[in-house]
Amino acid sequence: METVVIRSLEPLIAELRARGFAVVAPTTRDKVIRMGEIASESELPRGCGDEQEPGRYRLREGDDEMLFGFAASPDSAKRYTQPPSRTLFRMRGESIEEPEAEVPRVALLGVRACDLAALAVQDRVFLGGRHPDPDYRRRREALFLVAVNCAVPGGTCFCVSMGTGPKATAGYDLALTELAGPHRFVAEPGSACGAEILGALPRVPAANADLDAAEEVSRTAAEHMGRRVDTEGIKERVAGAHDSPRWQQVASRCLTCANCTMVCPTCFCTTVEDSTDLTEGAAERIERWDSCFTLGFTEVGGAPVRGSGAARYRQWLTHKFSTWFDQFGTSGCVGCGRCITWCPVGIDVTEELANLP
Amino acid sequence: MTAETRRPPAGRDEPRLVRTGSDMQVRPMTPELYRVRSRRADRVDTVTLQLVPVHGECPPYRPGQFTMLYAPGVGEVPMSISGWARSGGYVHTIRAVGAVSGALCGKRPGDVVGVRGPYGTWWDIPAAAGMDVVVVAGGLGLAPLRPLVRELVRELVRHRSRYGRISVIAGTRTPATLVYGRELARWSGLGVDVQVTVDHPDHAWKGPVGLVTRLLDRIVFEPRRTFAFVCGPETMMRATADDLVARGVAARRVELSLERNMKCGLGWCGHCQLGPLFVCLDGPVLSYERASRLLAVEEL
Repeated sequence: METVVIRSLEPLIAELRARGFAVVAPTTRDKVIRMGEIASESELPRGCGDEQEPGRYRLREGDDEMLFGFAASPDSAKRYTQPPSRTLFRMRGESIEEPEAEVPRVALLGVRACDLAALAVQDRVFLGGRHPDPDYRRRREALFLVAVNCAVPGGTCFCVSMGTGPKATAGYDLALTELAGPHRFVAEPGSACGAEILGALPRVPAANADLDAAEEVSRTAAEHMGRRVDTEGIKERVAGAHDSPRWQQVASRCLTCANCTMVCPTCFCTTVEDSTDLTEGAAERIERWDSCFTLGFTEVGGAPVRGSGAARYRQWLTHKFSTWFDQFGTSGCVGCGRCITWCPVGIDVTEELANLP
Repeated sequence: MTAETRRPPAGRDEPRLVRTGSDMQVRPMTPELYRVRSRRADRVDTVTLQLVPVHGECPPYRPGQFTMLYAPGVGEVPMSISGWARSGGYVHTIRAVGAVSGALCGKRPGDVVGVRGPYGTWWDIPAAAGMDVVVVAGGLGLAPLRPLVRELVRELVRHRSRYGRISVIAGTRTPATLVYGRELARWSGLGVDVQVTVDHPDHAWKGPVGLVTRLLDRIVFEPRRTFAFVCGPETMMRATADDLVARGVAARRVELSLERNMKCGLGWCGHCQLGPLFVCLDGPVLSYERASRLLAVEEL
């Protein structure tokens, strides 16, 4: 199916909901863009823009018409492929019960190119190894992905450096580019399911002017990256810097709060927690997001392997930009800039990389 | 409500596992139920449990591999397999160092625990064929080495050993903390050169005192055709491996078993990373050729 123009997202949202998808899209909550379920286009943050700098995130007034005039929000698609917390099983007496395996179908509307790249990275982690995760596969296959190409990158964005954006090129069911004057979307299917849904919507064929305008959006966005990283030889450079004094310097600022790993769309580490219900004699085991910045993360026999903040920051950055290649054949960073924005002390990973020898 | 009625119906209900995946696919984070068949207290803080599956058969393991052992309601820890139970299960020798291992040590015959695995790499025993074999254990490091030595001894008993001289060096804090003492004596009687050293001797101890590396002088091996298997505290393993390499043993013929924090055993949780390695997948058994540079970096 060819690229088309749609005037409104209302029919798309209605069509997805009619097909049993919960439509999850950007909304504003607590003065932040958060992903939440919507029933109508009117719930999207119209006229909303953002400012992102190291340790700083503010919503501001944007272009009146635009529905997606902001950059990456703290929520990535990770929340839907790898829930922050999930029950693994319950044990009662001598019986083990697993939770329901069925997962709700979710249409993520407004996924950015960096997040699609992050999903591809997560696929390698959970499906590409010796032990594929059947639960991850179920959640992943239950997703319908509507990408929206970025028009206004944030001050901490560097997807161009990482080769992941700003235009979505793969991994979506539908890709939209939002255009103004008149307000409309250029829509391109990326899967059979996407084409089928697009075929059910009111639409007109895209004119050359529409396609040119869409290209211009991505070209302009690419020219307005807030940050950049020199990726030439980065794997070897970071691996060779394990004894750099720079780790101590960044550690003197780092609070080891784990914010960066929570907002990171590729950070996949988890831990498990056990609880018991004394009245029923039942035990429950949950899995939840964890972070290599926590002290207990590497604890063996009462002592952590990575006791210092410097060692923990080094582990995180080295994993992202070096050992991730060894393990999964790809970079662990997609250049979304979330870790920079949401770092409470404004540590800038692009600056740290530039300062390594 | 009396204590009697509050008690869970353990032992009365038929144990079962309810799989809810529509395709009945095994979810790797769900343990299989195993029953404690026997329990032996090895010393004050260490017990050896024989665990047999409640349902079905126990998957095969290779010496050096580990399982994830779950103490219901308390937690799960990686634990190396110390042997094959005669009734078709795993032998685990467990020291109570934390809440989970403490709970596991408190299990009695008939109790149920969870088992996942076996996971990880194993000792490359075939690679040692035709060579002298040096086994060095520090403390409970003997636990994952025990099935390896048993395999070597089995061939000795049949007079069909493919190996040269076999030596086992075991270091322990005090004579009272030695594990598998009777088994070490049995191996000695079957032709293995068994050497035991202690950090702190008691009045009855007449053997060597000090580090395991000092006993390398007491055993006979031809370094250029020697394969070594080492397990114990990391500093002890590095000192031993460095010593062996300095004596001429190739680093690729020195294998260590590493211990790291693990929550999954599957390469998912991220906790056990050592540089590019996931110790749960690429280890726990690694050649010193691969491990030495990583272990040399502090806090990696």
